[in-house]
Amino acid sequence: MPSMPSTRTLGTLLLTTTAALSLAACAKKPPVVLPPPPPAPVETPAPPPPPPAPTGPVPGSSADFNANVPTTVLFDLDKFNIDAADQDILKAQAAWLLKYPAKAATIEGHADERGTREYNLALGERRATAAKNYLVSLGVAASRLSTVSYGKERPVDPASTEEAWAKNRRAVTVTID
Amino acid sequence: MTLRKLALTLAASTLALCGQAVAQTQPAAAQPEVLTGSVSDDSAWQSLGVAIPAFATNADLPTQSSAGSTAQLGRAVAEIITGDLKNNGLFKPTGPDKLPTVPYIQITAPDFGTWAGRGADMLVHGSVSVGENGTLTIGCFLYDVSLHQQLAKAVWQLPPAEWRRAAHKCADTIYARLSGESPFFDSRIAYIAETGPKQFRMKRLAIMDSDGANHRFITTGQAMALTPRFSPDYRKIVYLSYLNGRPRIFVYDVESATQKLIAETGNPTFAPRWSPDGKWILYSMASAGNTNIYRIPSTGGHAQQLTNTPGINVGGSYSPDGSRIVFESDRGGSQQIYVMKADGTEQRRISFFGGRAATPEWSPRGDQIAFTHIAGNLRIGVMNVDGSGMRHLTDSWQDEAPTWAPNGRIIQFFRTEKGSGKTSIWQVDLTGRNERRLPTPVDGSDPSWGPIRQ
Repeated sequence: MPSMPSTRTLGTLLLTTTAALSLAACAKKPPVVLPPPPPAPVETPAPPPPPPAPTGPVPGSSADFNANVPTTVLFDLDKFNIDAADQDILKAQAAWLLKYPAKAATIEGHADERGTREYNLALGERRATAAKNYLVSLGVAASRLSTVSYGKERPVDPASTEEAWAKNRRAVTVTID
Repeated sequence: MTLRKLALTLAASTLALCGQAVAQTQPAAAQPEVLTGSVSDDSAWQSLGVAIPAFATNADLPTQSSAGSTAQLGRAVAEIITGDLKNNGLFKPTGPDKLPTVPYIQITAPDFGTWAGRGADMLVHGSVSVGENGTLTIGCFLYDVSLHQQLAKAVWQLPPAEWRRAAHKCADTIYARLSGESPFFDSRIAYIAETGPKQFRMKRLAIMDSDGANHRFITTGQAMALTPRFSPDYRKIVYLSYLNGRPRIFVYDVESATQKLIAETGNPTFAPRWSPDGKWILYSMASAGNTNIYRIPSTGGHAQQLTNTPGINVGGSYSPDGSRIVFESDRGGSQQIYVMKADGTEQRRISFFGGRAATPEWSPRGDQIAFTHIAGNLRIGVMNVDGSGMRHLTDSWQDEAPTWAPNGRIIQFFRTEKGSGKTSIWQVDLTGRNERRLPTPVDGSDPSWGPIRQ
């Protein structure tokens, strides 16, 4: 079942949410009162535009990876298999890693909070290894990839809901500068 | 070193206790002393009421203990005994704050009539004195009020810093004499102290007495620490540390405050356990995504693989005689409880009651296995060693990782709060009716109860 949203979808969601929030904030501005208020202070002019944006992350850096490659694959409850959505993400990661062969990466495996601590450590390791094995199958040298499990100790979403647990059952690829 | 001395002293005093029969005390002039002090609240006493007035002293002298003078110490000791006896459902103890003070002379010649009139079934008296070198001498006397009989007597000499142990030893004496069970109060607990937000929680190794006193943090929190276990002699703690970002098992030496890796492998190792004789350490190691259980001599050496199946085999807990190991495995599709011989042979599943079953711990009495039952919520359960007779002891959102009191009558576990992720350590007795939270300075998880101290 290709159930889990990819990080890309999540990113879009976040953007949408942010936009909606900003709009809401604008809408809430109190209406201006018509009668001339006393010596109303003049609105301060808009601040000067920020300095020119720096150029993007250095190609081949960890910042580059984090900005341009989906870092996270998600897993179903108690599962560690790599589904079609995960494969797309890992293919993007593999392409980047093959382009920058000097880079090493650690794959961090995680579980949701609804399990026992030690089993979840083993399960996180299993998920990280599944992601690693797929990257290796795409040609990334195993010697460049390490795994570490945090079990249920490092949730990305702290809520105790099905949605949060779905986000927390994950393997995150972290490249090392 | 002090411990060894104390152990000798204790052994000696135990011998003395056994050797002397009932009365080495002269039946002091049996005039009913006029009781002075506060008014008591008799309503608290039901069935087996135990009165524990402040321990008396022959001279109120300063001590080097944290409790103060000998009189203050006598009151503090009685309070600790009251707290110990209160929480297991067997007794209705009444402590010194609700009882009159007792003249020193009555310690060995109680005014039974007065105590009977107050509704006490059992009476605890005690004495505190301080020697010239600062050593404390604490006596503990248990009387049956209606029989006018001394049931137990013990005396301990100990350094001022360890005064609380005398209170726990006295509570153990009372508990063992009245219940027929083995003692357990004079024991220690290793656990994980937790602070900070849920996503970035700091997890530190910490130790404390069975009642939460004498608390001490062992690690700083820079490396995440999990799942500690005291060695049977309390000299070492085996635990999981993320030192240098790699989860591996270390053995921490309490006295020297040093630690070493238990096994040099390139793989993550976790879920460590001691054998009852302290000679072996069980651990789980992940390799190529699978996790299996190994044992290694606790002094180091060659590791032996005990399980070898695809999937996750993890944890493990020895039977008290060291001949068998109960562990969890998902080889059949979901986490379930299995038993094998200590050499890894004759592996068979014992849990067949639905849901998932995890973190089995063999009772020190040998007859029960405590575990985490996962069926929706996580709950603490117990079952017979053949998997029959499963029953729940707790009913909360998330209770896990049971550990037995040294006498196998009480189980400790940790509870996680939904949403906040806050953790706390709890105790429950085998009836499931007496549940209480153990006070810790910060949040706590992964409790591990050590054996009775020698």
